[in-house]
Amino acid sequence: MPLLEIFEWLAATPASTALRESHYAYLAFLATHVLTLAVFLGTAIIVDLRLLGISMSRVPVSQVLTRLLPWTTGGFAVMAASGVLMFYASPADKFVNLFFRAKMAMLGLAGLAVWLFFRTVHRSIDDWDNDPVPPRAARLAGGLTLLLWTAILVAGRMIPYQQYWFT
Amino acid sequence: MSLLEFFHWLEYLPLLVTMRSSPWLFPAIATVHLLGLAIIGGAVLVVDLRLLGLGLIGQSAARLTRDTEPLLLVGIASMLLTGPWLFMCFATKYYYLTAFWLKLASLGAVLLFTFTIRRRVVRNPTIAGAVPKLVAVASLSLWFSVALGGRLIGFP
Repeated sequence: MPLLEIFEWLAATPASTALRESHYAYLAFLATHVLTLAVFLGTAIIVDLRLLGISMSRVPVSQVLTRLLPWTTGGFAVMAASGVLMFYASPADKFVNLFFRAKMAMLGLAGLAVWLFFRTVHRSIDDWDNDPVPPRAARLAGGLTLLLWTAILVAGRMIPYQQYWFT
Repeated sequence: MSLLEFFHWLEYLPLLVTMRSSPWLFPAIATVHLLGLAIIGGAVLVVDLRLLGLGLIGQSAARLTRDTEPLLLVGIASMLLTGPWLFMCFATKYYYLTAFWLKLASLGAVLLFTFTIRRRVVRNPTIAGAVPKLVAVASLSLWFSVALGGRLIGFP
């Protein structure tokens, strides 16, 4: 598979080897990844629960979105950056890891779900902004993304267990 | 029985030996623990950011606290229900880790702080100026040390 060869070549580059062999660099990326999870997923959970009508039902949805989403995207950016660095430390190992593949596939789906939300449901937000329980389509978007983020977290936590499960 | 002997006894209880040999039990419990971190993160951030004049500034800190308190309690409950199992799996290792004892101390401090001082400041709208900001910084720093300690003790 050509893609695997690319990642094997990437793994052989000096910077990748240096990251892989540096215990502290990897530890720092992993700690950053986990700590920013509290910012990214924490605020995403609040937003999703608002869309589901479970939490903060008296606060307008638009207010929750505009005031919290910058923190969600900021947290995501730092998570993604630390994630890319951890991938770069062992690209070939990660590429063949089934939990990693599942995580990446679900990340794509989550991105698609967020994009769809803003392209469709969010367009009519003025009509249901103050509803304690938003319409079905908004609840579906909130529930779906919450489920996807949770599944991504599970898959991510399972990445180190590839050997136990598949070899 | 010394504390270390007690930790050793915990670690080698038949249930814990079974847990360690299972390929999914430890990661499953650790995953719930991680989800608890995110839930606490959201509930704490919404209120502390507000105290700092950030985030949901259109709402009062008191109202945001009321709205997110169930979530905070769910987060804390999922942490306290899963954490001890993760600890008991490798209790004697944690005994020697400074980060573990620092994490426990920060956890005790932040729980006490959240449900006493922070709660009072958040509920009292007449308290303004530097106090709410200091409370937010203290709360965020303490939770940060709990989370960082948790990540550091997870390494072999």
